[in-house]
Amino acid sequence: MKTKNLTLNVWRQRSKSDSGRFEKYVAKDVNEHMSFLEMLDVVNEELLEKGEEPIAFDHDCREGICGMCGLVINGYAHGPQERTTACQLHMRKVFELGWDELWIEPWRATSFPVIKDLAVDRSAFDRIMQAGGYISIRTGSPPDANEMPIGKHVADMAMDAAECIGCGACVAACPNASASLFTSAKVSHLGLLPQGQAEREDRVRKMVGQMDAEGFGSCTNHGECEKACPKGISIDWIARMNREFLKAMVTADNEVEERD
Amino acid sequence: MERALTLTKTTIGKKALMALSGVAMLGFVIGHLSGNLKVFAGAEDFNEYAVWLRTMPGLLWGTRIVLLGALAAHMASAFSLWSRNKSARKSRYTKKKDLATDYAAKTMYWSGPILFFYIVFHLVHLTFGGMIFGESAVFGIEGYEWDHSNPYNNMVLGFQHWAVVVPYVLGVVALGVHLFHGIWSAFQTVGLNHTKYNFLRRDLSIALAVFITAGFLSIPVAVLAGWIEPTTQTFFYPELEPS
Ligand code: FES
Repeated sequence: MKTKNLTLNVWRQRSKSDSGRFEKYVAKDVNEHMSFLEMLDVVNEELLEKGEEPIAFDHDCREGICGMCGLVINGYAHGPQERTTACQLHMRKVFELGWDELWIEPWRATSFPVIKDLAVDRSAFDRIMQAGGYISIRTGSPPDANEMPIGKHVADMAMDAAECIGCGACVAACPNASASLFTSAKVSHLGLLPQGQAEREDRVRKMVGQMDAEGFGSCTNHGECEKACPKGISIDWIARMNREFLKAMVTADNEVEERD
Repeated sequence: MERALTLTKTTIGKKALMALSGVAMLGFVIGHLSGNLKVFAGAEDFNEYAVWLRTMPGLLWGTRIVLLGALAAHMASAFSLWSRNKSARKSRYTKKKDLATDYAAKTMYWSGPILFFYIVFHLVHLTFGGMIFGESAVFGIEGYEWDHSNPYNNMVLGFQHWAVVVPYVLGVVALGVHLFHGIWSAFQTVGLNHTKYNFLRRDLSIALAVFITAGFLSIPVAVLAGWIEPTTQTFFYPELEPS
């Protein structure tokens, strides 16, 4: 079992209004089987012992499904391993790359203000979801299984889009801090399914309207988001959202409200 | 309802406007190139072609108006999105790895303005050249006098001088780089994607960018290599003379 000392440059920022700076720490005897977040836990314990403020970072499931964690590690959103969240990144990958010094930064986007250190406020995503990321149905007794036929290719595609865990790595990696990948996955996921048809034209317009209102940048088709996405959401979804949005804007019979 | 969401105010709407205006200008560039390649057919063919363009004032002016509108829309959208994107990330990363961005995508904000300045230069030179320089030497280049009835020589004589060749090469290369990303980007922006032809989008962008760049560059290369020479023939076309 390999262990190693690592030098960490961690972004410390007391609050949203603080300007923030990097602080240097040494992570001693890092075990190769630790996850990245466990490594930070150990550093935090030491800080607590010394009576210093621990490093704040987001996490919840630690198994790559909730979308809470998110760190930019040496310039990579969620670290250097493809299709892997920061919580599922293990130190062996860091060792493999021969990295002795790490730079750990938060997602940087005006629409994701820093709450503290590495934790950012992603409620802009929630507001995009509230704008149209739902379907209206009558609840009650559960419907019969297979009551509503859905083609296999439609189900598969909807599932692919639904893989998005809303972590925000796409925004973090985008040179324009655009939320197009996230929004497109959410628009398409429901827009594909029969249950999502009733609100389809409104959904895409409302969600895109909210995405713009939140101040995210525009898509310049660089493809950074797709590479950073821990779930491998494809930029094909962005093209699909664009098509659906333009079509709805040009042909829908009603209008939707502009958001600000 | 306060205000209705308007297409031209949305990011996707602005991008679509960029894509459409870009396609319009691309169409012109392809036509322009095929016309210019007539230079290889000789002075007479080339000049006849210039005269032929003058016989259709509707087409000429229609094209000019559409292009001017397209350029204005393209630039206005670019500027608006650029400033938006700037403010979307105010605190910058200390380390940031590009994983997918290619050179062309990264330099769109450079290749675009370079192209714009080249277009201005190009218009001053060849469209308004006769008006601006009159009977004096064009750009003060000795022996390079404007001849209204001989567009062939106006072009070929210019390419014998670095003051014309250098900006031209810069402009053409910027155009190629801009198209390399722009064409593919336009497909994506207007939502033209399907697994059936997605693999062709990149190839088409590369092929067109390379073809257009190589096509335009072939002219100064041919002039500098001496394959195309200024003509000693004299021409007179009333259509081309200033009225
Ligand atoms: S903590 Fe849940 S995805 Fe990383």
